[in-house]
Amino acid sequence: MNLRRLRALVRKEFLQILRDPSAIAIAFFMPVFLLLLFGYGVSLDARHIPLAVVVDRPTAETASFVGGLERSSYFAPRFFPGMRQARRALGKRRVDGIVWLRSRFSRRILRGETTSIGVFVNGVDANNARIVEGYLEGVWQNWQAQRALAAGQPLVVPVKGQERIWFNPALRSRDYLVPGLIAVIMTLIGALLTALVVAREWERGTMEALMATPAQMTEILLGKLIPYYVMGMGGMLLSVAMAVGLFDVPLRGSFAVLLLVSTLFLLVALGMGLLISSVARNQFVAGQIAIVVTFLPAFILSGFIFYIPSMPAPIRILTHLVAARYFVSILQTLFLAGDVWPVILGNSLALTLMAIFFLGLTLRRSHKRLD
Amino acid sequence: MVAETTLTSPLRLEGVRKRFQRGKESVLALDGLDLDLAPGQVTGLLGPDGAGKTTLLRLAAGLLRPSEGRVFLFGREGGAEDKDLQVRIGYMPQRFGLYEDLTVQENLDLYSDLQGLDPEQARHRQDELLTLTALGPFGKRRAGALSGGMKQKLGLACALLRAPPLLLLDEPTVGVDPIARRELWEIVQGLRAAGTTVLMSTAYFDEAERCDSLVLLHQGRLLRQGSPERFTEPLRGRCYRVRHADERRRALRESLQQRPGVRDARIVADGVRVLTGPEPVTPEAGERWEPMPPTFEDAFVDLLGSGGAGSVATASAASPVSVGDAAAETVVEVKELRKCFGRYEAVKSSTFTVRRGEIFGLLGANGAGKTTTFRMLCGLLPPSGGSLRVAGVDMRRAGSTARARLGYVAQKFALYGNLSVDQNLAFFAAAYDLGGPARRAAMARAREEFQLAPYGAVNADDLPLGIKQRLALACALLHEPTILFLDEPTSGVDPLTRREFWQRINALAAQGVTVLITTHFMDEAEYCDRLVLMSRGAVLAQGSPTELRTLAQSPDRPDPSMEEAFIQLIEAHESPLRQAS
Repeated sequence: MNLRRLRALVRKEFLQILRDPSAIAIAFFMPVFLLLLFGYGVSLDARHIPLAVVVDRPTAETASFVGGLERSSYFAPRFFPGMRQARRALGKRRVDGIVWLRSRFSRRILRGETTSIGVFVNGVDANNARIVEGYLEGVWQNWQAQRALAAGQPLVVPVKGQERIWFNPALRSRDYLVPGLIAVIMTLIGALLTALVVAREWERGTMEALMATPAQMTEILLGKLIPYYVMGMGGMLLSVAMAVGLFDVPLRGSFAVLLLVSTLFLLVALGMGLLISSVARNQFVAGQIAIVVTFLPAFILSGFIFYIPSMPAPIRILTHLVAARYFVSILQTLFLAGDVWPVILGNSLALTLMAIFFLGLTLRRSHKRLD
Repeated sequence: MVAETTLTSPLRLEGVRKRFQRGKESVLALDGLDLDLAPGQVTGLLGPDGAGKTTLLRLAAGLLRPSEGRVFLFGREGGAEDKDLQVRIGYMPQRFGLYEDLTVQENLDLYSDLQGLDPEQARHRQDELLTLTALGPFGKRRAGALSGGMKQKLGLACALLRAPPLLLLDEPTVGVDPIARRELWEIVQGLRAAGTTVLMSTAYFDEAERCDSLVLLHQGRLLRQGSPERFTEPLRGRCYRVRHADERRRALRESLQQRPGVRDARIVADGVRVLTGPEPVTPEAGERWEPMPPTFEDAFVDLLGSGGAGSVATASAASPVSVGDAAAETVVEVKELRKCFGRYEAVKSSTFTVRRGEIFGLLGANGAGKTTTFRMLCGLLPPSGGSLRVAGVDMRRAGSTARARLGYVAQKFALYGNLSVDQNLAFFAAAYDLGGPARRAAMARAREEFQLAPYGAVNADDLPLGIKQRLALACALLHEPTILFLDEPTSGVDPLTRREFWQRINALAAQGVTVLITTHFMDEAEYCDRLVLMSRGAVLAQGSPTELRTLAQSPDRPDPSMEEAFIQLIEAHESPLRQAS
């Protein structure tokens, strides 16, 4: 290891980064773009669900029930004169559900008899259907409790849940998405960028020239690791700043721990990038491999959007091979819950093992030879 | 310079074999090579494409390990991991390994640091090299913005930083204009004087003749090693320049090539150069045979055969015309043609005309504006100014009418690599709107004329370069165009294939097809009826090869070659520019 050679290589890499806008775009423009998209555009919360309401015989009772629906921010009720029209609207997906208050509704309520409301939900989007169903149930129960209160006789429910939502009391999905997104962004910078820039050296023939100099392979690899570590951490800090400053995501854990685990994860991502570039020696192939092998799994299998425990068993096992999974878990905990050591340590151990594996394999595979 | 280099050989190979895995096939790039390089000499490495030149240089640089046999550098075995050896080798790969985003100075600094020069030493050496390469004024320019020749010189400077006792250069002069080529060669001469051993591969025969020693490879084997004289001496008395009172050079060459006992006939300035077999050949009436000293090109052809296309069968595509007839109709007329890309003026006001049945050449180094001119002529690029008529049609208005009458072979041939030869032919026939019987007839004719039948089912990517070139030509001729545009068809092609290619072009022209061709090989100018010399977007001169050579005639240079003429014309035209930029 010769420090002068290493310094020269790192300097060269930074000069290239500064002069080639594509690297800067990937490292800094992509995080901003993805964060804005996910922060503002994508939300897993259901709001303003279009709902058809059919009231066969309007009365004071139906008006009060429908008033409950209108006040709820979850629904945007629209009135239809009859079921036929409502069904057609559901078929065309102009509404996601129908609430049908039949003509006997008020009569039976007033008599104190059990009555029912018709609820039809479009089950094509299963997830959304369940949310609509649950919310309607809530509105219904709420309305009943209020009626009982108004009548001066509290509603008797045998078991009552005492709900308390921890860590994300407002249930904002953004608070949960943004930390996971940071993991995806760092995978992108770490693996994709590294794989591309090493492939570029092969493509332009500069790798061949480097190898013919006394520079050692470890120096050449470190000459790539150090600059892109700095870039990756830069991208991460930018994302954290945006998360906390722009999206009001709380950061409850300590910043030092965040830096440490990010370093660990970045080493894994950089290791994957270098390993890919040792296989693929042109930018197009390297980019394809990096996206399919690192970026897409980080997106889909890391638990960043899709909940891992609800995946089928074989896929669940597969997620253990996705480094982003451990990092997403740590980040979500760090941001929303704080320094929960069992989560941090366990996942960090997995990341350490993966970093050793990828960097070790890269080092073993890299020779100063073309064959 | 270094005492021990005079004792031990800087590079010695013993029974070296090198195998590569290409898909399922194993390719033998070097097949039992024994080689010993004399210290302090410039050794030229020659051979056709795929002979193993690059593999040999990479083995010497330690970037490849031999599959069998041993490679010794300064008497020691060791690869790229051996730092002691690595500081004694300078290596410039074919793509010269420059960082295009970095400036000239930054590239030099990077390689100085990597070579472990201390800062004082580095500055001194860099100054020396910048003076030597005349790159001094361009220190702050990015390597990517340099001309081809300057890039090569910078690449060479980076390889020379440590003043290595052994310098390995892979085709350092390819695609470089004649002036830069001459400058590079002067640098190499200077190194020889300083005691450096140089091993360089080259595709130019004139460079080969200037080497102290030559290594000729063929199919991974050493065909012969020795001084240029050792190659040419056996041919003494077998080389002639033949002239004929009435017959034109092209027809004369054709007739000589067919004659028994003639190994090779090629067009040169003022005649046809003939290499005979050991038996003397009796001249025919009207011919004047003048004995000539043998050159390395003769030896190359003698050792490797003249490309295997002694006869190029051709069916008539267009009615023959009397070639060179000044009254023949004008098929291409270009007036004050200009093309700008943004602020950059790629072609500045060129004017020329091409007559029917001519072979018309556009000569110039990379970046001279040849390809841009071509694309405008074919209607692929709209001109920024001026007028151009091809086959009587204004290309600015009715491009597609004219396009049906012209054939175009793009640089690097533009074939579908994963389609077979037959599939490529069928596709291009369909693209030219040939259907049914016409398509079948065109394909059959192409297969026969270009001897492609044996390769019908082979994918274009797997063809040898020469066959690929034939296929590209066949595809462009399927619709029997009367004008053929060839953009750098001989770039990167070895001398033997180039020779075969020109025979085909001659045959086409004899049938009345007008051929426009770009090339950066100056010796190919002799094959053209008329040509323009281009440099940096401007037409420097135009006329027949003889006329152009006469332009450069001077008392101390009564018989200049095309290359010398080109250098002189460029220098006269550009000396103010070259100083200023």
